[in-house]
Amino acid sequence: METIENKISTMSGSNRLDSRLTLMYFSIAFITLLAGGLLGLLQGLNRAGLLELPTNFNYYQVLTAHGILLVLVFSVLFVIAYFYSILSHTMDGLFPIVRKMGWISLITMLVGVVLVVTQVVMGNASVMYTFYPPMKASPWFYVGLFIVVAGIWIAAFGGFTQIAKWRKRNRGKHIPLLGFFAMGVFILLFFGSLGVTAEVLMLIPWAFGWTETINVMLSRTLFWSFGHTFVNIWYLTAVSLWYVVVPKVIGGRLFSDTLTRVVVILLVVSNIPGGFHHQIVDPGMSEGIKLTHALMSMVIGFPSLMTAFAMFFVFARVGKKKGAKGVFGWIKKMPWGDVRFLAPMIAMIFFIPGGAGGIAQNANQLNQVVHNSLWVVGHFHITVGVTAVLTFFGAMYWLIPYLSKRTLTPAMNKLGVIQTLIWTIGMVFMAGGMHTVGLLGAPRRTSYTTYGDSATAASWDPYLLLLAVGGTLLTIALVMIVYIVFNLMFFAPKGNTEFPIAQGEENASETPKWTERWTVWIIIMLVIVAFGYVIPLVDMIQNAPPGSPPFVTW
Amino acid sequence: MKMHRYEKIWLFLAASMLVIAVVYSGVQTFALGQGPPSGVGMIDPEKVEETAPFDNPGISKIGDNEYEVVMILRAFSFEPNIIEIPAGATVHFKMTSIDVMHGFQVIGTNLNAMIMPGHIQEAKQKFKKPGEYLAICNEYCGVGHQLMSMKIIVK
Ligand SMILES: [Cu+2]
Repeated sequence: METIENKISTMSGSNRLDSRLTLMYFSIAFITLLAGGLLGLLQGLNRAGLLELPTNFNYYQVLTAHGILLVLVFSVLFVIAYFYSILSHTMDGLFPIVRKMGWISLITMLVGVVLVVTQVVMGNASVMYTFYPPMKASPWFYVGLFIVVAGIWIAAFGGFTQIAKWRKRNRGKHIPLLGFFAMGVFILLFFGSLGVTAEVLMLIPWAFGWTETINVMLSRTLFWSFGHTFVNIWYLTAVSLWYVVVPKVIGGRLFSDTLTRVVVILLVVSNIPGGFHHQIVDPGMSEGIKLTHALMSMVIGFPSLMTAFAMFFVFARVGKKKGAKGVFGWIKKMPWGDVRFLAPMIAMIFFIPGGAGGIAQNANQLNQVVHNSLWVVGHFHITVGVTAVLTFFGAMYWLIPYLSKRTLTPAMNKLGVIQTLIWTIGMVFMAGGMHTVGLLGAPRRTSYTTYGDSATAASWDPYLLLLAVGGTLLTIALVMIVYIVFNLMFFAPKGNTEFPIAQGEENASETPKWTERWTVWIIIMLVIVAFGYVIPLVDMIQNAPPGSPPFVTW
Repeated sequence: MKMHRYEKIWLFLAASMLVIAVVYSGVQTFALGQGPPSGVGMIDPEKVEETAPFDNPGISKIGDNEYEVVMILRAFSFEPNIIEIPAGATVHFKMTSIDVMHGFQVIGTNLNAMIMPGHIQEAKQKFKKPGEYLAICNEYCGVGHQLMSMKIIVK
């Protein structure tokens, strides 16, 4: 049975049963993106003082839904679908058990999401994506979150199963490079969500009223052990495309198989303690612990800088082959009109200011200047909204047609180029405005306010208008991408589309065996996590103030 | 693992930059005393108003142009919500929350801190320039969060 399926898969490109699964994921992901994005527009308009929201659907409710739908639902569905497509393509189709786990995961996550979103819409959970206690949402909100995480775990274990079974069948072979990225992402999905699961399991009995108080500091710390890891999951997903797909699209070769794998390993092992930098101005933690964590967060910058070099190197090499001269001569030789290149390329360019902003926020004193201001929101709209999401969009132009056995027409490519440019300009306006006004002190997560006609707050108004302008452009681009995705799924001309995977250089050296030792990397990761978290967590549990009772403040 | 010479140089520069950033943070924190607000005191969040010093929130002079402000944050106000100090004064803030998490940010300064129930946050700031400073809650705390602000008047 399996072997027949596998034969079909190698003959025709994608495995029909697998693509049915992943296309379903992508469909729901893009509907979620549309819903979450429209809520974002409402906020942008409100924040600029242009739109008043009704009390039964207020700013904070909208913001909570926006955050959860985009940060959690869209991105997780996308990442799982993308890596399941990769596992299917590079490992001769998904094993039936893995495909089944993919479906069970999807259904589980949807049940959880419906529960969560219903509570938010009913006004029982205006607690933001961070749901910091002692603000108390309806207990069903937390139950829903737990179900979502359980769904994520099923998908992650599906990924592990696929890789383990494939390795057993292909002894001595390296996991295909994209599969290696998948392994890293599934490890982070599972281990990264352990902390937040522990938090949610403490919140559920507290929200039901079975326990009286909650340890606020502990909850917050467990939340961020997950919160930032998720950011890096999107990032690792985007990077996989930069390293493996982009070189192929521009007619080049891989940078280096070994170094690429080292980047994956570094990102996986150094990731989880990175979340601590969200707590730099928290009480209850000594300055020494905070400095240790500033260092640990900073380490994540290292593989990113390796990536910057690798990409530049690949571009320069391709440019040289095509006859480019000088350090920047390659720019003229790149296929700018090909949306499969343009979208991830803009994503990479935006990672330069995005990454620099991240390094700034990691530094103790600089963080203090921008903490909880709109600057932070601008930062993650650049990193997530451009660096990650534009890369994701870029993948859609070949991955959806590949899965649906259709082709990208020149007209659709052109529409894609326009979509990419509108999205980029929208983000420049919005994130640019947010960065600037954040430096002037405007807070995040706050509806339109004059603070009692304060002159300081009034000086923010012109910049806040940029949020509305950017948000409007983004909404236009959003509708376009959703149209493009569904067009490529159901209406584009039939045909076969390539899954672009770059090959290594002919003279490339053999990838060493130690890169495959995932048990070792997981142990190192856990040691680093322990190094970062054991002391503060033990301290937070043993040295805790009396806990907090629940509050409903909305 | 084969590495290009340029890559070695680049990675060396990258690592140095990150190390410099951390070392500089360390120097600022420990040698210059400019660490981030990191109060380690604790309090029973349900007994804030009966626990010293929060049983008597407000401003008091503690030295030569040096003041202490004891402040309670609650959804959606600061207590006290207006303070007056002379220019050049150093103010030591001692803050806690009586309910949910709040933020305390004085616009136009680097003072920015999280205030959590159960924890006593401490921060100090020197106000050199006279004027009226807007201080706000910058952590979402509920439906009236956008109203939560106070004034610091420097004369
Ligand atoms: Cu507040």
